[in-house]
Amino acid sequence: MSNIPANLKYRDSHEWARLESDGTVTVGISDHAQEALGDLVFVEVPEVGKKFAAGAACAVVESVKAASDVYSPVAGEVIASNSALSATPELINSDPYGEGWIFRLKPGSPAEFNQLLDASAYGKVLEAEGH
Amino acid sequence: MGLRTPLYETHVAAGARMVDFGGWDMPVNYGSQIEEHHAVRKDAGMFDVSHMCVLDLTGARVREFLRHLLANDVAKLTTPGKALYSCMLREAGGVIDDLIVYFMTETWFRMVVNAGTRDKDIAWITEQAKTFAVNVKPRLDLAMIAVQGPNARAKAAKVLGADGERAQALGVFVGGEFGRYFIARTGYTGEDGWEVMLPATEAADIWRRFKDNGIAQCGLGARDTLRLEAGMNLYGNDMDENVSPLESGLAWTLVFDGDRKFIGRAALEAQKQQGIARKLVGLLLEDRGVLRSHQKVITAGGDGEITSGTFSPTLERSIALARVPSNATGTVQVDIRGKLLAARIVKYPFVRNGKSQLANSQP
Repeated sequence: MSNIPANLKYRDSHEWARLESDGTVTVGISDHAQEALGDLVFVEVPEVGKKFAAGAACAVVESVKAASDVYSPVAGEVIASNSALSATPELINSDPYGEGWIFRLKPGSPAEFNQLLDASAYGKVLEAEGH
Repeated sequence: MGLRTPLYETHVAAGARMVDFGGWDMPVNYGSQIEEHHAVRKDAGMFDVSHMCVLDLTGARVREFLRHLLANDVAKLTTPGKALYSCMLREAGGVIDDLIVYFMTETWFRMVVNAGTRDKDIAWITEQAKTFAVNVKPRLDLAMIAVQGPNARAKAAKVLGADGERAQALGVFVGGEFGRYFIARTGYTGEDGWEVMLPATEAADIWRRFKDNGIAQCGLGARDTLRLEAGMNLYGNDMDENVSPLESGLAWTLVFDGDRKFIGRAALEAQKQQGIARKLVGLLLEDRGVLRSHQKVITAGGDGEITSGTFSPTLERSIALARVPSNATGTVQVDIRGKLLAARIVKYPFVRNGKSQLANSQP
């Protein structure tokens, strides 16, 4: 059974989002997503300064098996990306909600964050997918 | 629901991630694919390959039949147990399948064909066999476990007892019957090891005992990275019915000596006369990223395509096989999601017996 922290919000395409105290939003992929992908070997993080719409493909995670797009849970401008993933992409496998974060956004509209799935709704998405 | 091998329940109980492979529900990994890969390169790992199909071909004219059916020449097989890798071609020269054939006796050869092609293979072979009065029997009663890695034979032999100890004497690419087991010193990883055929009813027990004796369970994911490092073609990726073995790095398996009329020979000879436009090469990505099948390869002499690509756990960088124009050399570019990244054409295998071959890979 995969870990779905209650303090995070989710997208049905398996990204998580965390609202920080300064109003920025940190994004990564869920425990379920990292497990489904298997050993990660390459991560393409977005450049700082780039702006994305909600649902736009903005990063790529590649496991031995396959490449997978990461979609932005909310609209906003990238203010940081996790440079540690360049040398150690496996951080996403070992700590998907911590050291394995992928990028941080300054959201365009704070309200958008609250429309994301909560942990229980995301759990239902996984159930519906048969996990 | 897909087809299931006799080890299906064992895989599920072990927590394997199951995927569809050629219509079969197969384990892709049991946890970390990279750890499974390293277990084979450094110690011993095992794969359920029971989805592959064992065919027994019998009849007085079986050798003559196989010299007609296969592009490699079974005349090379003079010692019982000796194995041969070959393509089986259409008249037009496309590859129906690649396979291994064992010479058992003058009236019995054993063949192992791919899972995804078994139905068309059996139909084709049975049709061609008619005029030679050769009988084709799929051995659905057999399971097959591949044990691979530097310590695989020793660990497996312990489990198989006296039969296993006797099998230790097998030479490379030779198989034989040992009690209820057919054991062959073959594989698909670039490491030493065996492929063990055994009664399907015993598969789960032997698998468990192999595991208890320190042989790691490995899925199809590791099998793919191991075979690609070893520079071995995968049917359906690197060649199929629409490409010539001459453009698939398989010229070494084609025997044109004498006037043997094997199926596809006329088409291949016509191709050779016209000139072979493309070749299969190894690629090593110079930039960071992962090469994948179907990515476009841009060379000075025209475009090509990656047929198999992955991240190599042994080399810790991305490698691929690609079909490119015959004159391509040196550095090329690969289109990865719209970005052009530099890759170098290298000789393959990339890894053999646990060691990188890149140092001596200048083509």
